[in-house]
Amino acid sequence: MTEPAGTTATDPGDVPVQLLAPDGRRVDHPDFAFTGTDAEIAAHLRDMVLTRRIDTEATALQRKGELGLWPPLLGQEAAQIGSARATRDPDLVVPSYREHGVAWCLGVDPIDLLGTFRGTDMVDWPSRPDGFHLYSFVIGTQTLHGVGMAMALQREHRVGNDDAAANGAVVVYFGDGATSQGDVNEAFVFAASANAPVVFFCQNNQYAISEPTSLQSRIPLYRRAAGFGFPGVRVDGNDVLAVQAVTTWALERARRGGGPVLVEAFTYRMGAHTTSDDPSKYRTRDEEGEWGARDPIARVKAYLLSVGAIDQAWLDDLAAESEALAERLRAGCLALPEPLLADQWSNVYATTPDRLVRQREEYLAYEASFAEEAR
Amino acid sequence: MSTMTMAKALNAGLRRALADDPKVLLAGEDIGRLGGVFRITEGLQAEFGEDRVIDSPLGEAGIVGTAVGLALRGFRPVVEIQFDGFVYPAFDQIVSQVSRMRFRSHGRLGVPMVVRIPYGGGIGAIEHHSESPEAYFAHTPGLKVVTPSNPLDAYWMIQQAVADDDPVIFFEPKRRYHEKGEVDVEAEPLPLYSARVVTPGTDATLLTYGPMVRTCVQAAVAAAEEGRSLEVVDLRSLSPLDDEAVFASVRRTGRAVVVHEAVGTLGLGAELAARIQQECFYELQAPVLRVTGYDLPYPPSRVEDGYLPDLDRVLDAVDRSLAH
Ligand SMILES: Cc1ncc(C[n+]2csc(CCOP(=O)(O)OP(=O)(O)O)c2C)c(N)n1
Ligand SMILES: [Mg+2]
Repeated sequence: MTEPAGTTATDPGDVPVQLLAPDGRRVDHPDFAFTGTDAEIAAHLRDMVLTRRIDTEATALQRKGELGLWPPLLGQEAAQIGSARATRDPDLVVPSYREHGVAWCLGVDPIDLLGTFRGTDMVDWPSRPDGFHLYSFVIGTQTLHGVGMAMALQREHRVGNDDAAANGAVVVYFGDGATSQGDVNEAFVFAASANAPVVFFCQNNQYAISEPTSLQSRIPLYRRAAGFGFPGVRVDGNDVLAVQAVTTWALERARRGGGPVLVEAFTYRMGAHTTSDDPSKYRTRDEEGEWGARDPIARVKAYLLSVGAIDQAWLDDLAAESEALAERLRAGCLALPEPLLADQWSNVYATTPDRLVRQREEYLAYEASFAEEAR
Repeated sequence: MSTMTMAKALNAGLRRALADDPKVLLAGEDIGRLGGVFRITEGLQAEFGEDRVIDSPLGEAGIVGTAVGLALRGFRPVVEIQFDGFVYPAFDQIVSQVSRMRFRSHGRLGVPMVVRIPYGGGIGAIEHHSESPEAYFAHTPGLKVVTPSNPLDAYWMIQQAVADDDPVIFFEPKRRYHEKGEVDVEAEPLPLYSARVVTPGTDATLLTYGPMVRTCVQAAVAAAEEGRSLEVVDLRSLSPLDDEAVFASVRRTGRAVVVHEAVGTLGLGAELAARIQQECFYELQAPVLRVTGYDLPYPPSRVEDGYLPDLDRVLDAVDRSLAH
């Protein structure tokens, strides 16, 4: 007997959609095209370079002891910038915890991000727009929230209107490892059942900490969608043009009322899982080198230089802007306001119960007793 | 006798459990090739193979639920939950299945499983990485809940937990992973579900466990300098509680202060206070006091030092107890 279809046989869709080759050549795809201008591509390059600078600075700040932890996005800039730039009002964006590039595109001040990892703050930030949800650290949990938000959009009549500009959809981010969680699979079921306007954006960066994607799935992840009854597309996650084209298509389809799509951005976590991780324990230098040659930033730069859309002076300006941003981050990190334990009782409930009010007062009295002793 | 960290002691205990019983299996996220994010299982996959030390897909319900099936077929799974805050996806399996398989099957089916959970704060972590969820499990009939406070206990308790025919939730105080202690691998261990007096004293009893044992011992040392004699009892087992050891100590001193990181409301301190007032009412010189985490979600790490019980808060409670 032969293997039933859909198990081990390869499929044309396994080859990721690509519109910009690693050497900077634009390539055609039968189904997807990038319709933006070179100026827009240059804007993407700027986003990617600045995001990487934020990332390397945050890693450096962790090394200096100024942050407790940092999960680097290094290598995933194209997946994040390309998808985030496909969103627009009234779309809703639901990140996981590595979406610093998405946060950047949505207008979050990167200094605010640092507060979470410095331990001065939870995950809401003064600069966070309403359409950008909190970071989530429990793997997969946010996919269900994203589907619920999409169900809300349906009930708010923001889906399938003739006036396309009034329509919105949700894009929710998660990793390859997350696809094994029950929550994510339930999110797929609920999204399909409700035909909810949600784009599941899976950054397959090849690892869940030390575990390779092959441990989570025997088939390419994008193909999981078929079993739940909606389309899946695998895109070259290191190709910002392809990511934007595919995500734009998926979002427009969802906004029209076409239902969910799973986008698998095939990419690579070039850095460690977090600053606490040591990838040399579970992957080879050769592998890192292979993916290094597919760097998402290098190909955009090569393309723009080859067509003369940017020049060395443009790049020098960007480098200067990057350094200024890094300096702002360093100073901003150190200047983050220290939290007070006394403030932590305020937001447990909408109205703080008496017992908690008293507990806080007892805490304050206890603290004050030290001040008295010191006098 | 050798000196080792709690992390190494757990590793050595797990190695011995794997070597002693071919039915023992380990499973969890990143525990094989990487040896776990805290390296508790370092080297064990290389030594015992991928069949016995399993890198699981990323799903806690799956890890625990499949361990139920393995246990029902005679294996002894020891599963690792990567951090305290990530056990909740498996909560249904633990509370509705693991804990009551024996009860549901007229005692015919047991689930001899160990769920290892690094727990507690004090490590400057982001949210979900510093929680103390032990009371949820201790509240559940059918589960046993233990927690070592030092390398020696860690070495023996993990092996005793594996050997138990009932499910054991094994809480590892992650902030003490790298503290060293003497481990005698030949000595006869204490029974698993017994408390230990770590510092004898006469004026008041500190009842504590896991990461707070060291804090309480330091408090006892500080109190001794002021002429106060505190007895520190390391509970070791939270379910079942070693009632007799607790009552014996409280009867001697007449005063009890319970110390834990977990929030106070409906925590172990509440249960201990209730039992003590029922059994030792006439010997008590003061109400049982609690020093615990405040009734808040775990706060940002920059304020965790104030959130967690420390030496000063323990001594403050002792003062209040003695003032009665
Ligand atoms: C429910 C849960 N279990 C375990 C963890 C610990 N953990 C944090 S990140 C991670 C791997 C996630 O991998 P993936 O989904 O691929 O995302 P990536 O980190 O690669 O972006 C794990 C296991 C967690 N945060 N939540
Ligand atoms: Mg991943």
